[in-house]
Amino acid sequence: MSGLIDQGVAERVLARALANGGRFAEVFAERRRGQTLAIDESRIESVQSGAEEGAGVRVVDGNTTYFAHVDGLDPAEIERAADEAAAALSAERREPRPLQAREVAPLPIESRPEDVPAQRKAEMLRELNERGRAKGSEIAQFTASYAEARREVAVANSDGLFTGDDRTRVRIGAQAVARRGDAVETGAETLGAHRGFELLEDDPGQIAEQAAAKALTLLDAVPAPSGSMPVVVGGGFGGVLFHEMTGHGLEADHIQKGASVYVGKLGEQVAEPLLNAYDDGRLPGEWGSDAIDDEGQPTQMTKVIEDGRLTSYLYDRLTADRAGVESTGNGRRESFRHLPIPRMTNTYIAPGDATPEGMIAEVERGFYAVSFGGGQVDPATGDFVFGVSEGYLIEGGKVTSPCRGATLIGNCLDALAAIDAVGDDFFMKTGICGKGGQKVPVGTGQGHVRVRAMTVGGTER
Amino acid sequence: MSELSTVARRAVEAATGAGASDAEAYVSRESGREVRVHGGEVESLTAATQTGVGVRAWVGHRVGYAYGTDLSEAGVAAIAARAAEAAEVADEDEFAAPAEPAELEALAGLSDPSIAEWETGQAAELALRVERTALDSDPRLVAVETAVYADADERVAIASSAGVAGEYESSTCYAYLQALAEGEGARETGLGFGLARGPRELDPVAIGAEGAERALAMIGAGKPPSRSCPVVLDETVAASFAGLIGGGLSAKAVQRGRSPFAGKLGEEVASEAFALHDDGRDPEGPASAPFDGEGVPRRRTALIEDGRLRSYLYDTYTANREGTTSTGSAARQGYRSLPSVSTSNLMVAPGSHSLGQLLAEAGEGIYVTDVAGLHSGVNPVTGVFSVGASGRTIRNGQLAEPVREFTIAGELLAMLGAVSAAGAEPRWVPFGGSVSTPPLLIAEMAISGS
Repeated sequence: MSGLIDQGVAERVLARALANGGRFAEVFAERRRGQTLAIDESRIESVQSGAEEGAGVRVVDGNTTYFAHVDGLDPAEIERAADEAAAALSAERREPRPLQAREVAPLPIESRPEDVPAQRKAEMLRELNERGRAKGSEIAQFTASYAEARREVAVANSDGLFTGDDRTRVRIGAQAVARRGDAVETGAETLGAHRGFELLEDDPGQIAEQAAAKALTLLDAVPAPSGSMPVVVGGGFGGVLFHEMTGHGLEADHIQKGASVYVGKLGEQVAEPLLNAYDDGRLPGEWGSDAIDDEGQPTQMTKVIEDGRLTSYLYDRLTADRAGVESTGNGRRESFRHLPIPRMTNTYIAPGDATPEGMIAEVERGFYAVSFGGGQVDPATGDFVFGVSEGYLIEGGKVTSPCRGATLIGNCLDALAAIDAVGDDFFMKTGICGKGGQKVPVGTGQGHVRVRAMTVGGTER
Repeated sequence: MSELSTVARRAVEAATGAGASDAEAYVSRESGREVRVHGGEVESLTAATQTGVGVRAWVGHRVGYAYGTDLSEAGVAAIAARAAEAAEVADEDEFAAPAEPAELEALAGLSDPSIAEWETGQAAELALRVERTALDSDPRLVAVETAVYADADERVAIASSAGVAGEYESSTCYAYLQALAEGEGARETGLGFGLARGPRELDPVAIGAEGAERALAMIGAGKPPSRSCPVVLDETVAASFAGLIGGGLSAKAVQRGRSPFAGKLGEEVASEAFALHDDGRDPEGPASAPFDGEGVPRRRTALIEDGRLRSYLYDTYTANREGTTSTGSAARQGYRSLPSVSTSNLMVAPGSHSLGQLLAEAGEGIYVTDVAGLHSGVNPVTGVFSVGASGRTIRNGQLAEPVREFTIAGELLAMLGAVSAAGAEPRWVPFGGSVSTPPLLIAEMAISGS
């Protein structure tokens, strides 16, 4: 598997991991390489490259997981990690099944970023810088960054699975600061995919102009309103709304610990019949896609909400075993230094039949959240918040003044049930999701969506 | 010379051999463990070691960085060569230069040998005791989502072609839980935590009780009405805000026009009740070390005193830009990251008020015990913020019913100006970096609820 770990070594490691018992053992080997650079004050800086490799070994016995990881792929060191993971067990030796190699086709990469000269990446950032700054003399600061990462992984487990994947992601970001007198505003935009450098062949400079335009627009912003009102959420990264308010609560570890408001809701109507939603780790080229998850399970499209009814949770192997179901291919880990846990891949609300203009026209007084800086949820209580990065007032069915400093706040079940229109203008955006100290790339998506009532927390007096 | 320092020296030589005019190498080796428990059982037990090197190379005034985990002679040479190669891509920056070597004074007590002495079984028992304490506290405390014990011991070595050379070892250990209480048709969560240099200093009963109390206190919470009113921030919330302020005091943010504190040196930026300093050598500070991420001695820097902005935080590069000296504020997130300006131990000066006195002085207001959405609800450039919050109503100067699902909003500088009293008892909090702060009374803040 990509030369990370030989089959013989993997078999020895698994045998040692089960030397003191356990019902399941796994070795995950990884090689990660990456390059990042940035432009700030019109200078290329922070040019960095990294190369790491290592392996993690886990043994599961009853409800307990024993895990050890080491840097490097030296077979002796990986075997030592297996001994360390097994050290706390004291049952009868178990024998792993012989490994059967299963080849997986990784997502196709046309232009390997590591083969593109770094100078060309620097040139692209210079172009972003020029185009961002050219948007207006009020652009006072502009920064942009480029990041590429390749993760080659191999997984072998005591059920005989031996497989691997080779993942390459590229992402660029732009941030602009606009200034007029004492008024200072910021705007940001990103572009990323599970693809190679071909992602940037179209017109990466667009994101620079978009970031600058956002910052300039906000110079005319009024303080955001406060109180409960109808909220129209924009497409793409607006999907972070669903990610936070439903996706996290569907992760089976939260469910099995009773720490989710979606416990016991499977099969129930949790939203209006117009709502259909998915977690799909197989969307071609998307930021949150992989061929297999980090336990070797092929990724899949999982329908989580069908016509407003909750149809599935998201499982990794251990939570699936516990529930007596198949893993949905959501066992993900940040690196070989982390244990896999149930995580979203690309989560989205499927397109509906409303138009953005139509759903805004029906709102007398409300708030239009075009995009978010991010969000956070406590799945156990269902309380969530979203920081709005670009928002406007809706007055008399029309989008009027831009607003600064708005946050949306609410409770999952109430807000999900209050979605009363889904737009037909679907697209996806990239995000980095943190959970349990692990960050993984996730896609979020939707068309415009309207929530009947939500609390907007602004600074308007 | 220890093995790590030898690797660092070798990396520096390899980088200069590969064409760098100057080079610096940072090597760290960390060993740690983590125990997570749930429902009276160990859920996972992790044993980990990680070792790596990060090399910063200067080619004239251009800088590049590379890191990796392969510490063999060939591996280190390859990493060093990549750093020199990366420098060729960067643009010239006349202020980019390695740190000057300085006398490094050792700091005693950074490492607690009890970590190594503690068996994993003892560590698991501590986490289980945290969980049990919470579960036994009240029938409405229905579960603990996770209780965690973790410790780590890290050894760091640094070397540079300018003559910097240093090494130290430090340990950290912590435990926390997320407790779940149920009542009035809803679930509530409560965080309890403790941090120390070694497991002997952790009090599992106090940690478990804190999580339980926080969760139980939230039962029956409703939305408060929207209004402007006095707010008391508990230590965890005050620490999160202190962390945001610390970020704005980084000279890098200031020099690049991305801080609300830019251009305010010497000016009044806070009420006299709020004083702040950064101390990278405080014996109790979790982030204390003899030197920073580029080998400059850590020290104490007064940031805000008598309501006035006294200093920003500098690393070598930002100090060179202003013709001043580094405050020893180059931080690293391990060997993978370039050093960048950041706080070490940020300390809000305690005042003279007990919590009861702060509440009494607030009169009618809100006691905020948790905030959410700081990464998306705060604009670090302008200081404008609006974040989710939960806590308790303050009525007649006393804690009353719990409240949640509301936001607190404002601007960082306006908030600092409105601090009207600080509590007498500071606490170390691992939010917003490493922060020691008492609770704070803010005279007025905008609340958005029902």
